[in-house]
Amino acid sequence: MSIFIDRGTPVIVQGITGKMARFHTADMIAYGTNVVGGVVPGKGGQTVEGVPVFDTVEDAVAATGAEASLVFVPPPFAADSIMEAADAGIKYCVCITDGIPAQDMIRVKRYMYRYPKDRRMVLTGPNCAGTISPGKALLGIMPGHIYLPGHVGIIGRSGTLGYEAAAQLKEHGIGISTSVGIGGDPINGSSFKDILEHFEADDETHVICMIGEIGGPQEAEAAAYIRDHVTKPVVAYVAGLTAPKGRTMGHAGAIISAFGESASEKVEILTAAGVTVAPHPAEIGDTIAKVMQKEAA
Amino acid sequence: MDIHEYQAKEILANFGVHSPPGALAYSPEQAAYRARELGGERWVVKAQVHAGGRGKAGGVKVCDSDAEIQATCESLFGRKLVTHQTGPEGKGIYRVYVEAAVPIEREIYLGFVLDRTSQRVMIVASAEGGMEIEEISANRPDSIVRATVEPAVGLQDFQCRQIAFKLGMDPALTAPMVRTLQGCYRAFREHDATMVEINPLVVTGDNRILALDAKMTFDDNALFRHPQISELRDKSQEDPRESRAADRGLSYVGLEGNIGCIVNGAGLAMATMDTIKLAGGEPANFLDIGGGATPERVAKAFRLVMSDDNVQAVLVNIFAGINRCDWVAEGVVQALKEVKVDVPVVVRLAGTNVEEGQKILAKSGLPIIRATTLIEAAQRAVGAWQNDLSQGSNMRAVQ
Repeated sequence: MSIFIDRGTPVIVQGITGKMARFHTADMIAYGTNVVGGVVPGKGGQTVEGVPVFDTVEDAVAATGAEASLVFVPPPFAADSIMEAADAGIKYCVCITDGIPAQDMIRVKRYMYRYPKDRRMVLTGPNCAGTISPGKALLGIMPGHIYLPGHVGIIGRSGTLGYEAAAQLKEHGIGISTSVGIGGDPINGSSFKDILEHFEADDETHVICMIGEIGGPQEAEAAAYIRDHVTKPVVAYVAGLTAPKGRTMGHAGAIISAFGESASEKVEILTAAGVTVAPHPAEIGDTIAKVMQKEAA
Repeated sequence: MDIHEYQAKEILANFGVHSPPGALAYSPEQAAYRARELGGERWVVKAQVHAGGRGKAGGVKVCDSDAEIQATCESLFGRKLVTHQTGPEGKGIYRVYVEAAVPIEREIYLGFVLDRTSQRVMIVASAEGGMEIEEISANRPDSIVRATVEPAVGLQDFQCRQIAFKLGMDPALTAPMVRTLQGCYRAFREHDATMVEINPLVVTGDNRILALDAKMTFDDNALFRHPQISELRDKSQEDPRESRAADRGLSYVGLEGNIGCIVNGAGLAMATMDTIKLAGGEPANFLDIGGGATPERVAKAFRLVMSDDNVQAVLVNIFAGINRCDWVAEGVVQALKEVKVDVPVVVRLAGTNVEEGQKILAKSGLPIIRATTLIEAAQRAVGAWQNDLSQGSNMRAVQ
């Protein structure tokens, strides 16, 4: 089976009455995602896109058995919504919201640690495009038609660069088991390493593709994990070879502030860990195709 | 968002972190007057710019008289200060801070940062104050003391004492050092800072702990709940194009090259820049127009990119998901009719409804160079620029 979401996984949308959330709820339902409800405090009892709205995540889980949640709540209130999902027993949460204060995310992460690991909610994002298991379920804002079902697991920080990779794979006729966006923020729910663990254990995933960028220690941490624990082939690309030091490139987390955070240093660290690094973004698809041919041979 | 030294010191003072007496001045005369108000016989005149390394760049001077203060200020005001953090263009000096000079026994480095590995607030301190932290970690890494703050309970006094003892401070200074560290942490937490740096924090001859310099950076994402911090924004310290972009909700970083970039998504924008470099060109900017590539946003983006005189070709790379290519293409066509673009424009569209998008571009009658893949787009942009250059037909290149 795929990781995090599967055919039939019951999903709720937090902040479902917003314009963006409505639009993407309809899109997810059209893709085949089992959206069972939404949550907006004070709007319980309404119906949006054919699904019931609840006042609290607790109510929504009790009434629908929801296991996954998509957070579309505006930045000032998003951290609170993620903690509410964790408290209500949601197993997997994707937060799309861009612009959550870093200290709010520090509190969210600390809050989640109060649950033992086997009952701890997995959070991906914030500031990500979501997660898709092609042909099964879509929990996010990506265009579903660019992803073929298959056996490559994708982990990426950036939304549109992830689309680029998926589209290149489609050109090669290569499909994807699950694509997970971890988001562009400095403090995020799951790191590359966290998702690598899931892909390593997933039978449906044969090859893993990591799309990183400048800034932060998570690519280097992933490299160490791959070297010691990952048996599946890993292909990577790191965006930002031309990015200057000390400047934030769009994503709050994309800033080179320490050794090991530039694209060239990350490429070096990943290569040393046995990862095949695509030399430039137009070759992500070709590089994966070559690695898959080698595996098959 | 960055603020000035004197503003950071004011904020820290509210949390019990002390600095020498000082005053702000907007002219040489005012600086001399304020020094007299402060009293004493020796003052430090400090250029207020949003950058570190001011001392080495000549932005900080010790003065012993009115005349010296005036002369120093005359050499500072209106000048651009170039430090290792400002880039070659430097930052304008429009305010100076005059501070009473104090006798210094020892200098300490103190920093509070968001540590991305532990995903917590981290304190970094060193007995080697006065040097930049990069220098300290290169030359004296063993002198660095670290502590992380458990977010549920905050910074504990014992952690502060540990730092004081590890820095080898006089036991009589333990209590004031604990107060200083706690004050910095509270200022950091309550104002949603991403960095507080005091370099140096000094012990004076009369055994007081004072912040001789102070830098604070705030989380842009948290400014909505700190209007009093937003008020401290000083646009004179920002790149004008970047401020204009930020005011319009676009994320822009100016670079040295001549191929302008308009892209949706930060990661794809960086990847596009990398591909331009691979194709033999240099990107003129980073520009992320965000998810919704509406015609208005595309037009704004063209205006912004064309305001850079170095731009000699423009590459538009949009991966349309929910915002379909036909709609994006209409936006590009509309923008090119509104904005005067006198350089070659390469447009690469991908994603939903790409064929319809290409048709709209083709039918527009505009001299748009189309591309289907990322590498093709970069090669065509670089090729068009070089071709124009060799034919002398690029209006901007020949100027």
